[in-house]
Amino acid sequence: MPLQLPVAGLLDSFEGAIDFILQPRPAVGGGIEVGGLAQCWELMAKQIEVSALALLLALALALPVGLYLGHRGTGEFLAVAIGNAGRAIPELALIAFMAAFIGVGMLNVTIALMVLGIPPILTNAFVAMRQAPQGAIDAARGMGMTEFEILRKVELPLAIPTIMGGVRTAATNIIATATIAPLAGVLTLGDFIINVNVYGNDGVLAGALLVALLALTVELLLAGLQRRLTPEGLVLEQNAAGVTA
Amino acid sequence: MLAGAVPLLAQAGEIPESFLRDPDAEPPCEALNDTVCVGWAIDNFDRYVNPMLEHLVLVGVSVLAGFLLAFALALISHGKRWLVPAVTGITGAIYTVPSIALFLLLLPITGRGTTTAIIALTLYSLQIIYRNMVLGLGNVPEATKEAGRGMGMTSRQLLWRVELPLALPEIVAGLRIATVSTVAIATLAVFAGAGGLGAEIYNNIAFKTGIVVAGSLAILIAVAFDGLLLLAQRLLTPWRRARVS
Repeated sequence: MPLQLPVAGLLDSFEGAIDFILQPRPAVGGGIEVGGLAQCWELMAKQIEVSALALLLALALALPVGLYLGHRGTGEFLAVAIGNAGRAIPELALIAFMAAFIGVGMLNVTIALMVLGIPPILTNAFVAMRQAPQGAIDAARGMGMTEFEILRKVELPLAIPTIMGGVRTAATNIIATATIAPLAGVLTLGDFIINVNVYGNDGVLAGALLVALLALTVELLLAGLQRRLTPEGLVLEQNAAGVTA
Repeated sequence: MLAGAVPLLAQAGEIPESFLRDPDAEPPCEALNDTVCVGWAIDNFDRYVNPMLEHLVLVGVSVLAGFLLAFALALISHGKRWLVPAVTGITGAIYTVPSIALFLLLLPITGRGTTTAIIALTLYSLQIIYRNMVLGLGNVPEATKEAGRGMGMTSRQLLWRVELPLALPEIVAGLRIATVSTVAIATLAVFAGAGGLGAEIYNNIAFKTGIVVAGSLAILIAVAFDGLLLLAQRLLTPWRRARVS
């Protein structure tokens, strides 16, 4: 049968990768020991660190601006344009540009990753605030709420799902791009992928597995956070809509 | 310790070696690490034509395949709404896996090359396009559908003559997002051994002129595709312009 998939070879590849994660082994070129849980954790911790820093910075910069503009209902062009432009940034070019023109290192990589995180957070925060039903806002104003109270107690809770959607997109993009951070001197899990002549094919596949695992874990955690932050009434409403739709 | 990882990339300015890079490639510009050579870029522009065509093929085929798959899935799940969360969940999980990781995880199965890159990029665009199609079809007002039924339309006629045309703005919006993102992500297809503009950046990672030229070309392609799709939407939905004017 000419169409048979090389199942045995496939299993070997992934077995080799898992073995690389669990057991240290000599590097391809000899000399030092590579792989094993200790090194995998060290690189993953770096990836988590640089991604978390970038995400927090992006949140600190983009969230207040997006929420404010959305609340005011101004700056739609800006918010949408930044969101569109952000998607067009080629990740590899961004990291290479940063490394070649500004320099390597933790700070520069963090800034580059932050740049990727800002557009989805800003745009989604803006859109989320605009989506709040005018009736709910009028009702709140009628109850004597101040503008700040309206923002915090009415618009923001209603906006949580969309805001968190932006945060999750930002986190996914940042973690994905942090994988190529070794090109700019920050040793993340991507080191396994980029330096195949040190880690071998097992290392490349191990790196890919660990990066995928990290991204999926963070996505699950953020989805859980979103569920906790979403007001119960909104969940009930969405469920009801889902049933009738 | 991770001694193995450090020396290769920490030497700033040197082009790190890797299995993906052509070791015989000579430094393409005299002032390799100093400036952007505009003259060189103009003289050697033909060097970027092939990578650009590869890039266009990667994006074109992937988005088209993603569109056809999403369309089929949207039509199937249109009649069976309970399928929507299942399809969204599965495609969403794939979308969360960083593209580099997905390229490399596919390598043992589909081998190095364009096919692997296209499979991964198709899966990414599928998620975005499907989500928007479902959104668009869901936003068609019930009254409009009732009117169609009242005119004696079968459900097939209703779908093709009422629901799909009315959902077109959301569908095209999804296509635009998917296309622009795919142009950016396709720079990482170099990790699947699929060439493209990313290969020009990655193979000469410290070559400033190359980074700027290849990066700008990727952004230009994204903007061009975006404009074309916007134009297509305007031509396909003449009634929307009529309403505005």
